[in-house]
Amino acid sequence: MMSTNKNPKSKGKEGVITKVSGPLVVAENMEGASIYEVVKVGAEGLSGEVIEMREGVASIQVYEETTGIGPGESVERTGSQLSVVLGPGLLGAIYDGIQRPLDSIHEKAGDFITRGIEVPALSKEKKWLFKPIAKKGDTVTGGDVLGEVKETSAISHKIMVPPSVEDAELTHIEKGEYSIEEPVARIKTEEGEENITMLQVWPIRSPRPIKEKLLPQEPLITGQRVVDAFFPVAKGGTASVPGPFGSGKTVVQHQLAKWSDADVIVFIGCGERGNEMTEVLQEFPELEDPRTGKPLMERTVLIANTSNMPVAAREASIYTGITIAEYFRDMGYKVALMADSTSRWAEALREMSARLEEMPGEEGYPAYLGSKIAAFYERAGYVSCKGKKKREGSLTVIGAVSPPGGDLSEPVTQNSLRTSKVFWSLEDDLANARHFPAISWLNSYSLYTKDLSEFFEKELGKEFKKNRDQAMKILSKEAELEEIVRLVGFEALSGKDKLTMETAKILREDFLMQDAFDEIDTFCPLKKQAKMLKAIIDFYRKGERMLDGNEDVEKVLNLEEKKKIAELKFASK
Amino acid sequence: MSITYKGLKEIVGSLVLVEGVKEVKYEELVKIRMPGGEEKMGRVLEASKGKALLQMFEETRGMELKNAEAVFLGETMKIDASMDMMGRIFDGSANPLDGYPNPIGEISLDINGNPMNPYSREFPDDFLQTGISGIDGLNTLVRGQKLPIFSGAGLPHSQIATQIARQAKIKGDFSVVFGAMGITFEESRFFINELKRTGALDRSILFVNTADDPVIERVTLPRLALTTAEYLAFHKGHEVLVILTDMTNYCEALREISAARKEIPGRRGYPGYLYTDLASIYERAGIIKGKPGSITQVPILTMPEDDKTHPIPDLSGYITEGQVMVSRNLHQAGIYPPIDVLNSLSRLKNKGIGEGKTREDHKGWANQIFASYARGQEIRELSVVLGESALSENDKKFLKFASKFEEELLAQGQEEDRNIEETLDIGWKLLKHLPREELKRVKKKEIEKYLDAKED
Repeated sequence: MMSTNKNPKSKGKEGVITKVSGPLVVAENMEGASIYEVVKVGAEGLSGEVIEMREGVASIQVYEETTGIGPGESVERTGSQLSVVLGPGLLGAIYDGIQRPLDSIHEKAGDFITRGIEVPALSKEKKWLFKPIAKKGDTVTGGDVLGEVKETSAISHKIMVPPSVEDAELTHIEKGEYSIEEPVARIKTEEGEENITMLQVWPIRSPRPIKEKLLPQEPLITGQRVVDAFFPVAKGGTASVPGPFGSGKTVVQHQLAKWSDADVIVFIGCGERGNEMTEVLQEFPELEDPRTGKPLMERTVLIANTSNMPVAAREASIYTGITIAEYFRDMGYKVALMADSTSRWAEALREMSARLEEMPGEEGYPAYLGSKIAAFYERAGYVSCKGKKKREGSLTVIGAVSPPGGDLSEPVTQNSLRTSKVFWSLEDDLANARHFPAISWLNSYSLYTKDLSEFFEKELGKEFKKNRDQAMKILSKEAELEEIVRLVGFEALSGKDKLTMETAKILREDFLMQDAFDEIDTFCPLKKQAKMLKAIIDFYRKGERMLDGNEDVEKVLNLEEKKKIAELKFASK
Repeated sequence: MSITYKGLKEIVGSLVLVEGVKEVKYEELVKIRMPGGEEKMGRVLEASKGKALLQMFEETRGMELKNAEAVFLGETMKIDASMDMMGRIFDGSANPLDGYPNPIGEISLDINGNPMNPYSREFPDDFLQTGISGIDGLNTLVRGQKLPIFSGAGLPHSQIATQIARQAKIKGDFSVVFGAMGITFEESRFFINELKRTGALDRSILFVNTADDPVIERVTLPRLALTTAEYLAFHKGHEVLVILTDMTNYCEALREISAARKEIPGRRGYPGYLYTDLASIYERAGIIKGKPGSITQVPILTMPEDDKTHPIPDLSGYITEGQVMVSRNLHQAGIYPPIDVLNSLSRLKNKGIGEGKTREDHKGWANQIFASYARGQEIRELSVVLGESALSENDKKFLKFASKFEEELLAQGQEEDRNIEETLDIGWKLLKHLPREELKRVKKKEIEKYLDAKED
């Protein structure tokens, strides 16, 4: 974490602690401090953020354990907002909620995270080869690409003019090896000359500026059949995944992080298990991106603020992650962000709110929960990036929700559903029947199907949509028929209904069910999905025709095609 | 460096307010000295200018405002850990309960610990044999895992836990840290006697807070136990099994304190930070990369009304790596251990079984047994409605399999220590009763090796 010096006058000024209660510290003599200003609390200099001002008295949320801190100790102001450091070196990193690299913390403090550790978010020593794209004498403006750095074998990091710059002349730019703090270029504005480095510092709570938002038109291909075929999310869209524990939320999130066709993935482990982050750390460097063949870690940024790490930093972790994601979007990349889980972030909000003695809304959550969630999801989008040259980037946000007791009527789920446009409903019943991914085909929805239909038609032909609609019809008919079967038994059904039941079973077992741990089945290309779906619907149509021709039902239900369909899943092409 | 203040301002329940204080630290320990010389311990819950709100660890009964003295000790709660603690029994303030003197500490450790860096963790994937078929075979416990037992009132979870403690087998120095919160005198006797009887006490450290002990000690006790466990695991390289019982009492204590502080309650009156608080306990399980030693946690919690969606089991389930469900139906049918394998889950199972860990056939075996038992259960429900005569031949075989599974594989004696081979072999023997074409989840090779070869 680093801070921008927007208000240098207040830097170094000190307040005095008057109260300590868990992660909340109250200090006086804080006149002039601004909301969300970063402060250093106590003798150990614990990081904190001002969240409330009453005359000279500031309420501060502290990102580390406050044990042993007491009234009378000082609070040092930094005059700046909580910010992230953006530049080459982000990819492949694993950070805590306030952008401290966990590997550097490990080097400095050992196996456990102790307090008051300050480590730089990006290496200041490492030299990067900078290749200019803009030329001396060019007129540049915020967002324009000056040059690039091959950060990993998969991603080339675009070095951009800081967003605040307007029409400036590029007076100097040179190829060479630079560290992030060394100037790679010089610009001349009305206020004078200014050096530009590869590093940008941005406050996490303000969205990074864009030229304009566009309507999403392309799906994020995830290789997960139930998602791509039935409930697709658009690049630049939003999705939420609520599910009770044990329903496989984390596996779904991991699958999306692994196989989505995004250029950059930001994965936020927010208040979840430590071992899960360890798993990602051990697994991702070994997995290959099916499209580029490069290790997945080279396109991934991890933010890990596990459940036992300080609660206030958990609140910040979501913003840290999304700001990094926006930065890559600004370069013109398709970025996908997974947050697992937004409920833990909401609980962190609730905890701070309770300590501030605010009037609670539903279930003790603060009344502003809804607007905070909406504002977070709204940072997603398909955008035209800032800068003179036309460049489009997208940021897709997928948030997991952990509803207590699996009860979807709780506030975090309801508020998430109100803003996100795709809902993948993970259900206990399916998980218990070992149907994975346990995404319900009856309750889930995607509001992008219409926007994306053009894309699907172009890629897969007109037939795909027809097959998909037919499949959906069969599945919902099955739900109806099941009621009847429960009353009168399967044998009492008509031939066609039997065929519907059988086809629905095939759809469920051979299409919707997908084995995340099978080498081949874990990722299913779009074309293969269309082929599988076609095979199943063809079976259904053939059966229908045979029944119309008064063929025996048993014969229809035991068609050879069934076996072939079952084998499709594990066939490599 | 302690400072003494005379007189208290308020006593409400277990909360005490002291005024006119200076340089108080959050979570600092405080001793309240009564005129008679009696002393009670507490800690700072809220430190503000000139005021300190204290949470007492003991009953405030008999305390008065004017003549009491508050001694601020200038330090937070620590435990002096040492190897001499082995085989000893302590209370929730780490004072000996067994009549022997306090062991001499080797190192003083903060009981809240520090969060383990996810970067420094090693992903747990070593099989830990408990000798209980329902766990080893189908819901395998892995070294460094946190796998709670979800139980109900009156079910034999204590027996299961002690059986695990006695029988657990793993390479290296193995020790048990046992933390009991708010359990009855009889229960605590049961645990102590069981461990004594089998000699397991020598490699155990016990922390016991019974139902009539101070409530607040239930909150500090698991932290004492885990800090001791961390000492054994990461300072001494032991493989430590931590059993915490009963987490429900712990959460009740937390709620009681939260209510006394007039905090805004979350679901069912539990504090909003219950998840974070539980995580600070459960997440202290694990293994550190490149270091010997591990902490495996088996917390026990009794679900109020056997309801899995109650906040305590619900929030626990979101943090722990699976759960072992204890079933009332099986218990009533006389099956011990009554483990409901279908509703139990070990999230790390697949990482800890198979060739080189248990046996190469374990994965397929578990899937097959699981699927067959699930089918048997379904048929059992069906036969209740339709009658057994309506079942097909195949159905009857599955029905029989389900009963055999419960009687022969699941059921075992409290003293019976089955190794994993025995468990797997019993399973294969049961699978013989099923039609061969129904065994779709095991490989042909395995059928030949284990089903056909061993005719006895």
